[in-house]
Amino acid sequence: MAGSFAKVMSGRTTGLLMASLGASAVATGYLLSDTVAADEKRKLYPPSADFPDLRKHNNCMASALTPAIYAKLRDKLTPNNWSLDQCIQTGVDNPGHPFIKTVGMVAGDEESYEVFAEIFDPVIKDRHNGYDPKIMKHPTDLDASKITSGMFDENYVLSSRVRTGRSIRGLSLPPACSRAERREVERVVVQALAGLKEDLAGRYYSLTEMTEQEQQRLIDDHFLFDKPVSPLLTCAFMARDWPDARGIWHNNEKTFLIWINEEDHTRVISMEKGGNMKRVFERFCRGLKQVETLIQERGWEFMWNEHLGYVLTCPSNLGTGLRAGVHVRLPKLSKDPRFSKILDNLRLQKRGTGGVDTAAVGDTFDISNLDRLGKSEVELVQLVVDGVNYLIECEKKLEKGQDIKIPAPIQQFKK
Amino acid sequence: MPFGNTHNQLKMNYSAEQEYPDLTKHNNHMAKVLTPEMYANLRDKQTPSGFTLDDVIQTGVDNPGHPFIMTVGCVAGDEETYDVFKDLLDPVIEDRHGGYKPSDKHKTDLNPDNLKGGDDLDPNYVLSSRVRTGRSIRGFCLPPHCSRGERRGIESLSVEALGALGGDLKGKYYALKDMTDDEQQQLIDDHFLFDKPVSPLLLASGMARDWPDARGIWHNNNKTFLVWVNEEDHLRVISMQKGGNMKEVFNRFCTGLTKIEELFKAKGHEFMWNEHLGYVLTCPSNLGTGLRGGVHVKLPNVSKHEKFGEILKRLRLQKRGTGGVDTAAVGGVFDISNADRLGFSEVELVQMVVDGVKLLVEMEKRLEAGQSIDGLMPEQK
Repeated sequence: MAGSFAKVMSGRTTGLLMASLGASAVATGYLLSDTVAADEKRKLYPPSADFPDLRKHNNCMASALTPAIYAKLRDKLTPNNWSLDQCIQTGVDNPGHPFIKTVGMVAGDEESYEVFAEIFDPVIKDRHNGYDPKIMKHPTDLDASKITSGMFDENYVLSSRVRTGRSIRGLSLPPACSRAERREVERVVVQALAGLKEDLAGRYYSLTEMTEQEQQRLIDDHFLFDKPVSPLLTCAFMARDWPDARGIWHNNEKTFLIWINEEDHTRVISMEKGGNMKRVFERFCRGLKQVETLIQERGWEFMWNEHLGYVLTCPSNLGTGLRAGVHVRLPKLSKDPRFSKILDNLRLQKRGTGGVDTAAVGDTFDISNLDRLGKSEVELVQLVVDGVNYLIECEKKLEKGQDIKIPAPIQQFKK
Repeated sequence: MPFGNTHNQLKMNYSAEQEYPDLTKHNNHMAKVLTPEMYANLRDKQTPSGFTLDDVIQTGVDNPGHPFIMTVGCVAGDEETYDVFKDLLDPVIEDRHGGYKPSDKHKTDLNPDNLKGGDDLDPNYVLSSRVRTGRSIRGFCLPPHCSRGERRGIESLSVEALGALGGDLKGKYYALKDMTDDEQQQLIDDHFLFDKPVSPLLLASGMARDWPDARGIWHNNNKTFLVWVNEEDHLRVISMQKGGNMKEVFNRFCTGLTKIEELFKAKGHEFMWNEHLGYVLTCPSNLGTGLRGGVHVKLPNVSKHEKFGEILKRLRLQKRGTGGVDTAAVGGVFDISNADRLGFSEVELVQMVVDGVKLLVEMEKRLEAGQSIDGLMPEQK
């Protein structure tokens, strides 16, 4: 049957003729092997007809994508059949963000970074200060004992937190996964987490079964992720089937948390009130290693390679995927005109206390590392420790009426 | 998404049960009809352009319910969707369209002379009159599924055809991406322009991709005849004016539509239509005529009457707020329109609106005068 249809569907006019005889004449349940119509469509619309209009756009994808690259990659698919258009849809739909230059593209699976390397590599370079995935190697170091001076003055630092993400190799990422794949991620991770013990022992709360009170409690504790409203996420297909197979696991002490199937397969968070960043990071590393061992016992592993480090959905989170930060009061320093420059040179970033899409409330800021790729976890956390200590010193100086200095800029990774 | 969906094949590695959506908290037509068996039978199929079952139902999975109306919960990606997935869509259509069966035939009647009356709705109560429908261009994928190239193709075909309209229909096209913010706000305030897509019903089906590329609005110089390009359908065609002369509105509607269809045919294109489903549109709720004829009418007293809902039901009418489907009424002014789309002709539906609104205004006047409306209660149409 497919063969005779293939002969008939040899041209667009023929297709129209068939369609005019009634829709049922054209399609009576094509099986998946029939891609004649798809091929016809590709010929009818060359890549130039489909090239997105990016003239009003300001994101990394729009800066890097050219008609030539698009033409080369448009008809390629990853082994999981993920396409370029699907990678870039979020960047086409979201021209810019008020506070930060967004990346504008996502991966659907581990292989996306390889199959579409011609666009991912320049985007990675742009986002990660010139890091070149083709020639550079990314260091992984989760030895928390190396951290020095990791205890902040708690008159200023209200809380400390380290987060990262991990993807389960072999399963599609949130933009691309089917419901069954997403449920499989949930099953694999929840099963592994059940094996955590002592100060890491805890419980899983599935979003579909959580009560509204439980949910509000978790949001108020700064534990729970938002229902996806950000167009950056919704346009990347990550919110499909919400809240199916989404949930949060946390230990009984509420200092170690895992988000399942939000923007990544897992987001791993260590946090506590106060300024003991060293302890937060120590728990972070210990917990991560234990979770890794537990999934390996069942034949799974994390997505990782020596060029990109840990592979996550958004290119901005490659490498360590690590954001280490504090909520810190800086009433005087934040009003000083040199504040932004000081942060820049220390490779730090400020956000509001509600997260990436918020502005600061009062004098309390979320201060964290800017970089993710090209420096190890230990390096980045040490950088945050040193940087925040410096900011606190500046604040104290300004309190005493003394002057402050802009520090020398921190060197990028060795090229 | 366009160009086939071979990702569908990988789902075959998982059982239908593992892939079946959780619809336990859902209340839409799709959720009422879909069963695990149906899902298992349909999930390995796709239309020639690659639209799959999961594509059809995604919006219904992502949107369990709507506060004011029972949503459909599925969309078509192309004309063939209604055939390939008929096992799901036929019962959805039957449920949504008052028992319309797979064997039923739909009649099309765009002859405005067949409308009786409609030129004398009291403008003290009826503030404005409007008739809208949609049209799809055969051979192109629909908004949930079309590629940028196709969408641009639809736009340029439409702009060319509309550019050839003359007389009182002569007008101009405003592409959304070239419009200034002021032009855009003016068009929204005039009730002309469609929203930037914020409704999760639209977003979840993929219709808002690449916004505002190849979207725009065409209207005649008199601002009484408008065409939306590439919003929820290829074309939405609207005739409207202030006051209660629905006959004139419908006249212009039919004349304009017929002319547009001729212009498309002259270029070798036709509208998606068949004798069972009438005009084929993206949402199953708009099949048949795709027609919503309505008025903005002041009914502060009738609307508070305990039988208001029942009256509307018997007249086969529906109430909305003056901001459209997702809004509530403001200051006693309601948007009253036909509830049906399929199984009645265009003339029949507009006749229902004309006759029904006339009655409602009569009831409003009685209640204003402190009189009863019991004697005016209509029969079920």
